[in-house]
Amino acid sequence: MKAFAYVNATNEREVVAALKTDGIALPLAGGQDLLARMKDYIDSPDRIVNVKNALDTTVTSTPEGGLKIGAAVKIIDLYENQQVARMYPALNAAAIEIGTPQIRHQATVGGNINQRPRCWYYRNEEFVCYKKGGSRCFAVDGENQYHAIFGNDGPSHIVHPSSLAVPFAAYGARFRVLGPKGDREIAASDFFTMPTLASVLKENVLEDEEILTHVILPAPGNVRSGHYEVRYKASHDWPLAFTTVVLTMNGNRIGSARVVLGAVAPVPWRSKPAEAALAGKPLNEDTAMLAAEAAVSEAKPMSGNAYKVQMAKTAVKRAIMRAAGLKTV
Amino acid sequence: MSDKEDRFGVSRRDFLKSAGVGGLATAVTSAGVTDVEAQAGPRVIGPGDVPVSLTVNGKRLELRIEPRVTLLDALRNRADLTGNKRVCDRGSCGACTMIVDGRTAYSCSTLAIDVQGKQIRTVEGLAGANTLHPVQQAFCDVDALMCGFCTPGFVVATVALLEKYPNATPEQARRELDGNICRCGTFVRIMEAAMKAKTVAGPPTRQARWGDMGVARG
Repeated sequence: MKAFAYVNATNEREVVAALKTDGIALPLAGGQDLLARMKDYIDSPDRIVNVKNALDTTVTSTPEGGLKIGAAVKIIDLYENQQVARMYPALNAAAIEIGTPQIRHQATVGGNINQRPRCWYYRNEEFVCYKKGGSRCFAVDGENQYHAIFGNDGPSHIVHPSSLAVPFAAYGARFRVLGPKGDREIAASDFFTMPTLASVLKENVLEDEEILTHVILPAPGNVRSGHYEVRYKASHDWPLAFTTVVLTMNGNRIGSARVVLGAVAPVPWRSKPAEAALAGKPLNEDTAMLAAEAAVSEAKPMSGNAYKVQMAKTAVKRAIMRAAGLKTV
Repeated sequence: MSDKEDRFGVSRRDFLKSAGVGGLATAVTSAGVTDVEAQAGPRVIGPGDVPVSLTVNGKRLELRIEPRVTLLDALRNRADLTGNKRVCDRGSCGACTMIVDGRTAYSCSTLAIDVQGKQIRTVEGLAGANTLHPVQQAFCDVDALMCGFCTPGFVVATVALLEKYPNATPEQARRELDGNICRCGTFVRIMEAAMKAKTVAGPPTRQARWGDMGVARG
């Protein structure tokens, strides 16, 4: 790890001020991603800005009946929060699956959303890929069993690493961002960006001196939600494919649906075909199956990851069944 | 630890800029000040040695280390607390597990400078002068180790488990010990040790938390 200067910011404004420097400055929250990246020389910042004492560590109710989650809320505190569990059960389900107890004790909501890709080429200093300023994605002709099956137009074929981004997108959350020009709110679905040659160095719209400060969840309303992760390992690892569904009910029928898939595309992947397949249907296993088939109809796997199509399909079906309160296994 | 190559890797310009001339400089120079900056001027320290004060097993520890030094390296290399092991150094194995303010943490993935003012407990803080902690005793009794390199981390994680769930179920034990890996594969015995220690340790009393207070258990 390259030696760095250190700033212990005590409020949001100090964070933004401290991120402005001639060299590279990066915010440090739980550090569960950033420290590993620095040890591996994937990032070598000149300055680290500790945001743990600066950003909000609380979950509060909003006047609209939703919740406002501080970016510095630890994953374990998000999981143990009773309001979150009651109002957004799929978010609660996603939180407990993250990493390990030690990671959940340190890692934060903001850090989870802003962690960098877990692609093994990106994580290896020797592979200078698009994400590190190079001119190719090594996954195309390389080992791509954990890469994208949706949104594969390139240039990068990563899957987005955040487990919380998917339920946040499904519940229609908004992200509050603070920068030198003040703050702004961005819908979770607009926060994450598909890779282009111009934007491939990052995965979202955050500018260098901006910081994510809050996640604002709307009132849940009359919804049923479900979350399902297909995993190779029960812990210590990221899911192979997962899904959050949020269904707005109209009596016994599904009025409208949001279906968001994770670990399958460079962004949390909203499936319009699956949502169309759910609208107006009764909530049962047959509907779940049809929606799952619709969800993977637009999949374009790479040379080594066609197996993930079936997993994505299973994740969609079982997430809907969980929303319906049906047994999944 | 203060690896020479890296220290010289810092450019003179960066060093002067961040260390400041004539006392530690404020973070923001006056050039191009925006509204945000005008209101805030957090202090920049490092990248060289800075004073770091830690509370480990109830004892105060004053160190001079670089901001980049992890809690694990600070304790192992500067404080001679080598009980917790450095294995993967990436938060993937659990051998470095310590308890920070009552919760387990990977000390390899925690900067020492970030945990000032927090109660840090390592495996060294568990045993008394002549008595092992009930968890350590249980690991010995059921032979819950082979090579032993993961053991300090597992012992600390088990202590944290039983402080959180004094009557831990096997399911709770599996969940809370999830962040530690034993490559010899002694998991079955480790689970046995956790269940055995539960009956010995009883509910978390003041005594069970003597590590926090730096009081030897006799």
